[in-house]
Amino acid sequence: MSVKDYLRERFFPHMWCPGCGHGTVLNSLLRAVEALGLDKNDIVMTSGIGCSARISGYVDFHSLHTIHGRALAFATGVKLSTPRLNLLVPMGDGDALAIGGNHFIHAARRNIDMTAIVMNNRIYGMTGGQFSPLSGVGIKATTAPYTNIDNSFDVVKIAAAAGASFVARSTTYHVLEAVNILKKAIAHKGFSVVEILSQCPTHFGRKNKEGDASSMLELYRSNTAKIGSRALAENPALLPRGIFVDEERPEYCEAYEEVIKRAMGGAKS
Amino acid sequence: MNKQIKFVQGNEACVEGALYAGIDFFAGYPITPSTEIAELLAVRLPQRGGKFIQMEDEIASMCAIIGASLTGHKVMTATSGPGFSLKQEALGYACMAEIPCVVVNVQRGGPSTGNPTHVSQGDVNQARWGTHGDHAIITLTASNHQDVFAMTVDAFNLAETYRTPVILLFDEAVGHMREKLIIPEEGEIPLVDRLRTSVRKGVDYHPYLPREDGRLPMSDFGGDHRYNVTGLFHDMWGFPSNNPKIVDGLLHHLVDKIENNVNTITRYKEHFLEDADYLFVSYGSSARSAIHLAKNRRQRGEKIGVLELQSIWPFPEEMVRERCRGARAVIVVEMNMGQVMRHVKAAVEQPERVFLANRIDGHLITPSNIKQLLRVIQGRGV
Repeated sequence: MSVKDYLRERFFPHMWCPGCGHGTVLNSLLRAVEALGLDKNDIVMTSGIGCSARISGYVDFHSLHTIHGRALAFATGVKLSTPRLNLLVPMGDGDALAIGGNHFIHAARRNIDMTAIVMNNRIYGMTGGQFSPLSGVGIKATTAPYTNIDNSFDVVKIAAAAGASFVARSTTYHVLEAVNILKKAIAHKGFSVVEILSQCPTHFGRKNKEGDASSMLELYRSNTAKIGSRALAENPALLPRGIFVDEERPEYCEAYEEVIKRAMGGAKS
Repeated sequence: MNKQIKFVQGNEACVEGALYAGIDFFAGYPITPSTEIAELLAVRLPQRGGKFIQMEDEIASMCAIIGASLTGHKVMTATSGPGFSLKQEALGYACMAEIPCVVVNVQRGGPSTGNPTHVSQGDVNQARWGTHGDHAIITLTASNHQDVFAMTVDAFNLAETYRTPVILLFDEAVGHMREKLIIPEEGEIPLVDRLRTSVRKGVDYHPYLPREDGRLPMSDFGGDHRYNVTGLFHDMWGFPSNNPKIVDGLLHHLVDKIENNVNTITRYKEHFLEDADYLFVSYGSSARSAIHLAKNRRQRGEKIGVLELQSIWPFPEEMVRERCRGARAVIVVEMNMGQVMRHVKAAVEQPERVFLANRIDGHLITPSNIKQLLRVIQGRGV
């Protein structure tokens, strides 16, 4: 199979802006799926609302484009009802951590087997450039015209603290690294979170004078560093990339199978 | 399965009905006065290999059952007033994406936190119009436990038949009251299984192309056909579209598939209606008081009857008009400020003869509450 075999070309061209990073995330994700040799019929992709969420329409999997912030809640129903399915849940930063923040921490707490991908462009793109909980202080947005005073979440820390058993971060500049991380995240049994920084030149870049897509990608190269690297040790201000958590812990659907065994053993009525 | 006789709460009768109908998956969140439904299914579902999950909130519960329905399972959630409000966006999604599911709302007093442990029927209109946008919805209700059971089975059947969410609008009094329930034997009530596509693997399957009879055969997520499901207006592939023809066609389909079948969906009971001069229209626990009073007055020779609604939405306008024809007065008995009364007025030929006997203080409306109004209408003084 080639990456093309995983796309619904009938629905192209896609609706993302020129220079948007989300197409790169789609590419990385499909290469990871291809490398793992997963059957398309065994994959369900659920997404929420926003630019990121449109990704589910373009993939030739079972695809569920849901409502804002709730992709993980829908995915939980799909997964627990039919645990043999592989769940991919791409979300935007606002989608996953603002309106969907509650579902994000609770899916992590349950350690239910699915892969959450936070396509983090630090802005609400679909609605025209409002700040998100991942924008950070000092950022300009249409709803922060005098610069943002809202502190940002650290996706990696929040996912790890909430109980995700696989947590990683990469960027659309580091595509091979992202493919490799996504492969591990999908293969991991339990709740996996992969944050991928994805440029939005249209709204974030323009407002914050980061230039076009290529100069934004250049920033991902210069502002981040691999965990354990010398660059990071020398400059702790850089944003760390890599795999932060990779642990084996009891998975929710497997634990529920034990509940069924106990219930059947002690059935009263 | 043998015929079982049980002494149960209404909420338990609902659980028995759901199990009889073949529920596989329940997601919920604790809320008074519906919590017993979740508690009982937490015990019963895994005993037969089904799945129960307590989600982080009401919204997530609604979303989870939609996800589980798409994999081919029969699903339900249960809630009450504030929780029902929270579920509305996802409920609209299920209408738009045509996902079969059952949503129980055991009504309590509102608005807001209201009166959690007391009875009300204040969510009738929310059941109809709680979610935004034009849509149709099926809502059933019941006044006694045998009917709670039957309506719950019916709700699952209608959800599959019309690919729609079905709301079970019970109330606190019925939910918490205990009475006898006879569980029918297997096969006694017919069950509707999901209509699945006969399109073979490798052949194009159009998930949103209705057959001639308006029904859309489904394909389970995880099966041979991969397709898109969205809350956006969508074409026959399930892919988003804002083509005016497609938008117009889909909205008509969503409304027509239910409104055009109102006669098939309508469920009601007649109590002493044949020659009734005075007619009570009621439903849920208030119908019990109306029936009690009608029986009582019949013994004194008064021609009084009760039309008990078991389906509220789509509103059975034609049936109500016919049954109320010729009545000297129609008294709608309900525990809200006239939510069904307004629809009865709109349905009948002489709306000036429609009156409201209600109670909204958190206590069950009694036969004597209704009698007071009846005596005024009958010209027998206050």
